[in-house]
Amino acid sequence: MIQLKVNGSARKFDGDPEMPLLWYLRDVLDYTGTKFGCGAGLCGACTVHVNGEAIRSCVTTMKDAAGKAVTTIEGLGAKQEHPLQAAWKQCNVSQCGYCQSGQIMQAAALLKVKPKPSDADIDSAMQGNICRCGTYQRIRQAIKIAAEVKA
Amino acid sequence: MNRIERVSRRGFLGTAFGAGALVLGVQMNEAEGATPAWMPSVYLGIEPNGTAVIVAHRSEMGTGIRTVLPMVVADELEADWKRVRIEQAVGDVKYGSQNTDGSCSIRDFYDAMREAGATARLMLEQSAAKKWNVPVSECKGQNHFVVHAKSGKKAGYGELVKVAATLPVPKKGEWKLKPESEFRYIGRDMPTMEQADHTRGAGQFGIDAKMPGMLYASIERPPVLGAKLKSFDDAAAKQVKGVVRTATIEGFKPPHNFQALGGVAVLADSTWAAAQGRKKLKVEWDLGPNGSFDSAKDKAEIMAKAMQPGKVVRNIGDVDKAFSGAKKTHEASYYIPLLSHAPMEPPAAVAEWKDGKVVTYAATQNPQAVQESVAAAMGIKKEDVTCHVTLLGGGFGRKSKPDYVCEAAMLSKTVGKPVKVVFSREDDIKFDFYHANAGMYMKAAMDEKGRPTAWLQRSVFPTIGSTFDATAEYGQEFEMGMGWVDLPYAIANHRAENGPHKNHVRIGWMRAVAHIYHAFAIHSFVDELAAAAGRDRVEYILDLLGPDRKVPIEPVGMKYWNNQQGQDTYPVDTARLRRVVELVAEKSGWANKKPQKGRALGIAAHRSFLSYVAAVVEVVVDDRGRVTIPRVDIAIDAGRIINPERARSQMEGAAVFGTSLAMMGEITAADGKIVQSNFNNYPVARMPEAPQMTHVHLVPSDGLPAGIGEPGVPPIAPAITSAIFAATGKRVRELPIRKTKLV
Repeated sequence: MIQLKVNGSARKFDGDPEMPLLWYLRDVLDYTGTKFGCGAGLCGACTVHVNGEAIRSCVTTMKDAAGKAVTTIEGLGAKQEHPLQAAWKQCNVSQCGYCQSGQIMQAAALLKVKPKPSDADIDSAMQGNICRCGTYQRIRQAIKIAAEVKA
Repeated sequence: MNRIERVSRRGFLGTAFGAGALVLGVQMNEAEGATPAWMPSVYLGIEPNGTAVIVAHRSEMGTGIRTVLPMVVADELEADWKRVRIEQAVGDVKYGSQNTDGSCSIRDFYDAMREAGATARLMLEQSAAKKWNVPVSECKGQNHFVVHAKSGKKAGYGELVKVAATLPVPKKGEWKLKPESEFRYIGRDMPTMEQADHTRGAGQFGIDAKMPGMLYASIERPPVLGAKLKSFDDAAAKQVKGVVRTATIEGFKPPHNFQALGGVAVLADSTWAAAQGRKKLKVEWDLGPNGSFDSAKDKAEIMAKAMQPGKVVRNIGDVDKAFSGAKKTHEASYYIPLLSHAPMEPPAAVAEWKDGKVVTYAATQNPQAVQESVAAAMGIKKEDVTCHVTLLGGGFGRKSKPDYVCEAAMLSKTVGKPVKVVFSREDDIKFDFYHANAGMYMKAAMDEKGRPTAWLQRSVFPTIGSTFDATAEYGQEFEMGMGWVDLPYAIANHRAENGPHKNHVRIGWMRAVAHIYHAFAIHSFVDELAAAAGRDRVEYILDLLGPDRKVPIEPVGMKYWNNQQGQDTYPVDTARLRRVVELVAEKSGWANKKPQKGRALGIAAHRSFLSYVAAVVEVVVDDRGRVTIPRVDIAIDAGRIINPERARSQMEGAAVFGTSLAMMGEITAADGKIVQSNFNNYPVARMPEAPQMTHVHLVPSDGLPAGIGEPGVPPIAPAITSAIFAATGKRVRELPIRKTKLV
């Protein structure tokens, strides 16, 4: 039996310990805000926080998530909208919107360690997150706006 | 001509409108030759509480169309945007075309949307006039109220609905469209409806759809197009925990159309279990004739054919005569490989077969094609297929081909439960309808100023027509109409040709379609001619365009496709192309940014989807040959633009999409099987590789609306190679650029 916390709630899981966290979140808990994109840690669409760090949930097994605290996009701004979420809206970042959960979760982890990221910091932190619509320049702009809000 | 008639509230959406709602249906008379003459295409309703419900009948895949078309209705209705709710239509022929493809939603439905709004507004004004016993001419709809200025009376739309719903629907001519000066939303930057949802992960995509009791399917498909299932062993697959059963899907009968490819499915209680079970399948295939398909050989064949005379598709003057007497000629060949769409959300749908009918929730660009394809697969009527359209996590043309929905429906019938099909990324890359690989041969004769006196162009590629006719080998009218038979330059002798080629994989349209390879060849060649003449590229392009004029396009053996629009309404207008070239040159600072070693600008200008686009790309090539793109400028004249904010975002996205296909995109096959599998070997532009900043310059216009979603793409690749040549002296004639060593 695997025990973990998801968005603050205690959860138990007795299925395949090799199942990626992504499918547990999506198929079992119905947290569908976390997206499947590649299944191989190549695109970042499935990014969530585990113990505060951004990870790819498609290549993180339930076994690895045991005993840890998971935050998904649904949990990020549950109490109060995250500055990134406000900045995303301000910049109308989304086109199709599919990758944006992962983008925001990745950016939120960046701002935790680098509250005032440079362009190079942003490029480096965000390069694992693909946006096929091509919203990168607005993502960068939104991160900068959020970083100012945080200060 | 559009007509608006009252339709039964239960007649279409069922749940969208509350009792007593005023519902209007705009019926659009489709172009001659289309199916039934009067088909409703657009709907709007007003509920008794005043909420305006606008039906989005086109698919939202990131262009913003789900917001932008309703903006037009709301504007004419004089609706308060805060009191507008958008409902997504199911697939139904009565809406007219729902195929969200070809950058045509605004062009085809702008008038219909305005008329729907204007008619409803008049009926609400009539309702108020009755209520106050005043002439209707004194009543005016204003921001969700009807006001009577003389008496100062004011009534909300909601309270006027009951009487309005009893009035006869006004005929064309009775209602009046608003003058442009009174536009409330049209031409304004408006955020799309889904922005907030997308920041919370709340948008509902095809992959998010669930039906009670559904099973998850993972399908082992034939690895080669047309391969037949010989045998399979599913014993180990069935041992996997969570796997419920396996099922076969019958292979397609040619032409493959949008049919399921066939294969063996593993059905399980979770996505993961299904995928694990599939890994344990042992399947044997008879690969068939496509089993020897090899991309290196295919490319050689295409390039050889490009050197042979092809079918003439446009002919002006006498190119051969001009070549034979020419002092100076230049020739070049270009190649673009197969490409995959790779939307971030792979193809995904859930479907249930029950009592001879199918209900599906699908990420689809074309719900009516879903109805038709699923109906054909199941042997039922298309009216018995209900297709709910989810949000699409990108489409780019992939999701207008509903093979994946057919799979879900067929499996549901087999297993007696709803079935969800989600392509893995490997499935998506290996079982796409690929953008055609293409070879182009170009030759010109030049005068002493380096200006062409004769221009020959020849293309060879597997046609999208092969999807619908297994024997099709020549470019179809629409492919030839995409930037090939419509060269707008003032050149006395010009011939365009197309050679035949057989497909060995599924070929389909991808964002900007045939414009991608045609524009790459034509504008690369322009760049080469300018370089050969030692002339400034902007000045050279303007010289090629010649005097401002509308160029009559008269292809040989076919009509000029022109996005199915007449040349009287949407001519090839060189003045508009000139204007975007001049605009982008000015805004990019072209004149003051002379090429330096390792850093330079490139330019290309192209008309597509009836819009005129010029792009200037700045590249930096470092001493290791690594290319970065600090800046892109795009100027577009798309006629009237409804939501400039979304037009800009589409151009920004097109610059990234164009960069991906120019720099890194390549699909190849060996032994008939696609080699690439995921983003590691089919890379697309990531943040550091994408243009750092794209500046978009919209030409103000009240002209007829034209395309936005696709026209930004074609000029990007040739503008990048133009810049690379200026920065390095290296001429890249084959994409992706990463295959060429630049230093």
